[in-house]
Amino acid sequence: MFRLEKRPTPSKFWLYATPPVAVILTMIAGGILFAAMGKNPFEVIRTIFWDPIFGEFAFYLRGQLLVKAGPLILIAIGLALGFRAGIWNIGAEGQYIMGAIFGAAVGLAVFPTESRWIFPVMVVAGAFGGWLWAMIPAILKTRFNTNEILVSLMLVYVAETILAKASTGFLKNPEGMGFPGSRNFSSYPAAQNGFLYEPLGLHWGGVAALVTAVLAYILLTRHQAGFQIKLAGQAPRAARFHGVSPARLVVMCMGISGALAGLAGMFEVTGPAGQISIDFNTGYGFTAIIVAFLGRLNPLGIVLAGFLMALTYVGGEMASTNLGLPDAAIQVFQGMLLFFLLAVDVLTNYRFRLAVGAH
Amino acid sequence: MTRPELLRVEGITKAYPGVVANSDVTFSIGEGEIHALLGENGAGKSTMVKMIYGLVRPDSGAMTLRGSAYTPGKPAEARRLGVAMVFQHFSLFEALNVAENVALGMENPPPMRELAARIRAVSEEYGLPLDPSRMVGDLSAGERQRVEIIRCLLQDPKLLIMDEPTSVLTPQEVEILFKTLRQLSSEGTAILYISHKLEEIKTLCDEATILRRGKVVATCTPRERTAREMAELMVGQALKTPERRLGAKGEVALAVSDLSVDSPIPFGTSLKGISFTVAKGEVLGIAGVAGNGQDELLLALSGELKSSPDKVRILSQPVGDCGPVERRRAGLVAAPEDRYGHAAAPDMSLVENAFLTAGVRKGLTKSGFVDWAGTRKFAEEIIAAYDVRTPGPDVAARALSGGNLQKFLMGRELMQGASVIVINQPTWGVDAAAAAQIRQSILDRAGEGAAVVVISQDLDELLEVADSFAVLNGGRLTKPRPTDGLTMDEIGLMMGGAHGMEVAHHVSA
Repeated sequence: MFRLEKRPTPSKFWLYATPPVAVILTMIAGGILFAAMGKNPFEVIRTIFWDPIFGEFAFYLRGQLLVKAGPLILIAIGLALGFRAGIWNIGAEGQYIMGAIFGAAVGLAVFPTESRWIFPVMVVAGAFGGWLWAMIPAILKTRFNTNEILVSLMLVYVAETILAKASTGFLKNPEGMGFPGSRNFSSYPAAQNGFLYEPLGLHWGGVAALVTAVLAYILLTRHQAGFQIKLAGQAPRAARFHGVSPARLVVMCMGISGALAGLAGMFEVTGPAGQISIDFNTGYGFTAIIVAFLGRLNPLGIVLAGFLMALTYVGGEMASTNLGLPDAAIQVFQGMLLFFLLAVDVLTNYRFRLAVGAH
Repeated sequence: MTRPELLRVEGITKAYPGVVANSDVTFSIGEGEIHALLGENGAGKSTMVKMIYGLVRPDSGAMTLRGSAYTPGKPAEARRLGVAMVFQHFSLFEALNVAENVALGMENPPPMRELAARIRAVSEEYGLPLDPSRMVGDLSAGERQRVEIIRCLLQDPKLLIMDEPTSVLTPQEVEILFKTLRQLSSEGTAILYISHKLEEIKTLCDEATILRRGKVVATCTPRERTAREMAELMVGQALKTPERRLGAKGEVALAVSDLSVDSPIPFGTSLKGISFTVAKGEVLGIAGVAGNGQDELLLALSGELKSSPDKVRILSQPVGDCGPVERRRAGLVAAPEDRYGHAAAPDMSLVENAFLTAGVRKGLTKSGFVDWAGTRKFAEEIIAAYDVRTPGPDVAARALSGGNLQKFLMGRELMQGASVIVINQPTWGVDAAAAAQIRQSILDRAGEGAAVVVISQDLDELLEVADSFAVLNGGRLTKPRPTDGLTMDEIGLMMGGAHGMEVAHHVSA
């Protein structure tokens, strides 16, 4: 019989080895899944992990990687700060939607004015929208001790309803011949988030994601607030003894993650998505939870994890169009990644021991 | 007097990864004998009794109970063979009454009414007053211990193991307990008594086995030895008594007036109208049985619990509504009792734990950014000054032994040059040599002009360091009195005498 034994200090080796091992285990388990579905597992895995970077259409798909990784990284970094402090914002998807609506609404309100101030104001509005949506669970938690997991999650569905209302009602394109959806930002240069360098898929959202990663890394390793976030997550009583106010921490962490999710939504709606539409959101807010953990809640790790997850998105799409794999199978595959990550993660703090004799 | 042998432990060895808890331990207990297992924290006493009680299995060695091989696989088996144990930390449900708690520990509990009658009978027979229908949450620590003892006595044990039973008792309650134990002994029940309090062992025990670092270093008859001899056997070196440097008392540094706060802890004790002052250079010792408001008092002084501004004054500055950071800035440092999770973050390094409280007073932040190099230097200073045994300052706090971590945490607070120092249980779980060192540094700080509040359940410790003495009882604080000339009897009465004796009077009347 094996038994788990707590390590005196966390293993440095497993801290870094966990993500690659989890990826390999996911490939194996995913391969078995795909084989059971009657597909050639090696071909599917190659389509997902290899083709987007080195395959026939890589010239286009490589750019798609950053387009997809950008919002994931931006959202995941915000979530990671909260997760480190033991504050579980599960509703980034809703904050992402609200950021998109607020940002888009500001731009559309002044259509067709041309001014270089329009886009920056939209950025601020987008961050504000996400922040506002995150403040609801934050304040309910600090005032009435509600559970932020449930409240933030439920607010996703409220946000989706508002999104539907926006695209069929108050933000609907007046020249859209009655079709749902807002004006397209691609035809409104002052409010458009166009590519800065197309071959890499770089737009302002990607820039924001990479800058945020560096700032978050500095915050966590050098700044007092980063220390307090880690302390509150690891030892809440020690955090109070240190002088952290739990309520302020909740407001701060929810606020940052909400604002970053809102930013991601704003950059997406004015860039790759182009317009507010009923199905504008594609689950970045939820996938970012996986990205945050896959990146060990570490901003630099999240950048790598964001690209990996983007790869499964891009490659997954290829697999579903070229090999006829259902979307659900790709989602199961992505879910497996989180599952294996958390399972292997146990080894960071525990080790297996062959139990001799006793028990 | 020779007694027939009850339990023999022969060559028992038990190793955990990285540490040998017991190595070739041999001793025997006669029927009806009160046998002391003596040793410092970490000497292997607890592991030894856990093996006797069937919680842990030895790696090698043998035990015999009344001549036949004894290898309990689980506590239920040990209980069936007549071995019972009262743990240091009680396993009772506060929201259930006494009889229900006792029933929970039995394999086939009798009907409640019958059980209550048996509890009453046993409690009267052994002079341990206890009302079976009372809620455990309302009982004092001493009364809770009685629940555990009676739970054991109902099984009619041949061997009763008691782990540090007096740490939660007032002196009067200790007397009652000893009377009970002597009665049990005279009826033929052997008692294995674990303690590091030597005077108790001298008055109570027939034989003693002394453990040091997992090995038996001596067996003796406690009555024939002095406490000092036994202490030195236990520690393995000569002990130094802390010296007090008498400084003139200065102005009042900490003033608490009529402080009442509700406890944030479930079944905790709210503070009721606490008033005291501590002058510069003075050490105030606050005694009391655990759970009488010690944790709450520390929280209210450290700033984790707030009150109105003028309830707490540091150097006449009102700080009652300030949090921990502002109070540190005003000159107060505090050290909570619970090392793992309150005073320190177990998974963080010693450097990070040094920053935990010293950031403010040591100026370790610059416009919000942490000066990690400066923090590391401070952590290294603590490690050197307090002889903390660790591979380095980057080790996680949880990797240190309890005593070593306590030395580090005491150093962290005592080396900040604070004017007011509040410590809850400064030497809990620390070996005698380190405890003496910690007490010495407390006295040194007082000698340098700091006002010190030491909250402790160890009366000997308080009498050694404190200039004045007060007792927390049910969330109220007695008026502080000078320590000089206090007798144990007076202290016992300040502690509220023996709790819950009404029933006993009623019975004997």
